[in-house]
Amino acid sequence: MYEFWLLLSGAVGGIIGGMGMGGGTLLIPLLTAFCNFDQHTAQAVNLIAFIPMSVVSVIIHAKNKLIRPKYLLTVALPAVCVSVLASFLAINLNGKILSRCFGWFLVALGIFQLFSAARKSESKKPSKTEFILLPEHNDK
Amino acid sequence: MKNPLKTIVEILTGGAVGLASGLLGGGGGMLCVPLLEKVLKEDVKVSHATTVLVILPICVASAIVYWSSGNYDFADNLPVILGVLVGGTVGSFMLKNLRGKTVAVVFALLMIIAGARMAL
Repeated sequence: MYEFWLLLSGAVGGIIGGMGMGGGTLLIPLLTAFCNFDQHTAQAVNLIAFIPMSVVSVIIHAKNKLIRPKYLLTVALPAVCVSVLASFLAINLNGKILSRCFGWFLVALGIFQLFSAARKSESKKPSKTEFILLPEHNDK
Repeated sequence: MKNPLKTIVEILTGGAVGLASGLLGGGGGMLCVPLLEKVLKEDVKVSHATTVLVILPICVASAIVYWSSGNYDFADNLPVILGVLVGGTVGSFMLKNLRGKTVAVVFALLMIIAGARMAL
């Protein structure tokens, strides 16, 4: 039964993660709240689980022409470098205050995103990419 | 490298995502999506899909750090890993078929919930 909850939590986190919506932000609290994981283990499991899933996910997204590989060099590479440096820095900083600030930042960003999504639906103007994808939507 | 200014903006975007991931141990993806969408002007679905690509190498790097720090029991958590794999595959197929607006609204709500959880 316990294994079932592990599987279910993973599946829910995975669906959100596969859509690029922050599966970890959901999976970590699911594991700590429902599966009695401690925070550290939950974070480790989340990281390990994300690797095989995102490989599959990237392949599917690439087939659906939703991936822009050019960002691998200009965005992903500096991101990895900074994240390694920042994780060493994190040891010397107060994590609680940091994550509180980031939390408020996310709330503000989320509200902004909500309004801009609402505005977009009113104008109903298809974006450049939607135009490219349009013929695929039409074949039944 | 047609436009050096755009390249600099992209590198700064990557730096910001890496900073959030490294300092907070997560949340880089939640930052990567709006940056790709609003700053680099990518389509909603492209932003989400490309974020998975950007976060993957960060995940590998962090996982190596966790692994090298020892005592991680792989076998016990196999159901979680399996669940994420199955869920992730389903989610990846869903992204293409969902409307861009639905994706944006669901993500906005998740950002607010996750943010509130961190802030309070």
